[in-house]
Amino acid sequence: MTEKKRTTIILFSGDYDKAMAAYIIANGAAAYDHEVTIFHTFWGLNALRKDEHVPTKKGFMEKMFAKMMPRGADRMGLSNMNFAGFGPKLIKDVMKKHQAVPLPELINMAQEQDVKLVACTMTMDLLGLQQEELLDDIEYAGVAAYLADAEEGNVNLFV
Amino acid sequence: MNIKQVLDAKGLACPMPIVKAKKAINQLESGDVLEIHATDKGAKNDLAAWSKSGGHEVLEFKEENNVLKFWIKKG
Repeated sequence: MTEKKRTTIILFSGDYDKAMAAYIIANGAAAYDHEVTIFHTFWGLNALRKDEHVPTKKGFMEKMFAKMMPRGADRMGLSNMNFAGFGPKLIKDVMKKHQAVPLPELINMAQEQDVKLVACTMTMDLLGLQQEELLDDIEYAGVAAYLADAEEGNVNLFV
Repeated sequence: MNIKQVLDAKGLACPMPIVKAKKAINQLESGDVLEIHATDKGAKNDLAAWSKSGGHEVLEFKEENNVLKFWIKKG
């Protein structure tokens, strides 16, 4: 066997639909026997947030950010037709009908398939997110670690 | 044909057919045949491309009553 191919995805967006596209590609690439890394930065970090409230020490601004951002993948809005939060309900109904996999399950599946989930520590600081608030078994890194994976990459996407 | 396993992926949407196919083929030995049933229209191209990339061979493909059926020999 030749060395495994590599897929790297940067998830910048905090939109449900865009994150779903990123995670579908990640799961597909894992099934293609690629080594897959998803690097979460800025609003994409919200996909990694636990959906329950985690008590943490935060300043005023950080508390505001924490309140205004979706707590976990299932609460994220749509990039189009969000209709003040009604859009995601509609699309989840349609997804159920077509047996499309909801985002939280896609994230679980990615972890089961050993997709490496990385949180960007610089933007975690900016948005006031702490490690306890994010999913277990993820990695923390910066641009250099991402580039180390990406420079060997065969597929590289920015979502 | 040495069909070792039948994978029912009917009704499942992308990317589940190839994720399940990958899991199933991991359990098989080289030369074993995996039979897959799918209804996702994209699965026809997806499974063909996936087989090629993984070094597996699509022995047969047919469509019956809107069900896509594949017989894939593990490489």
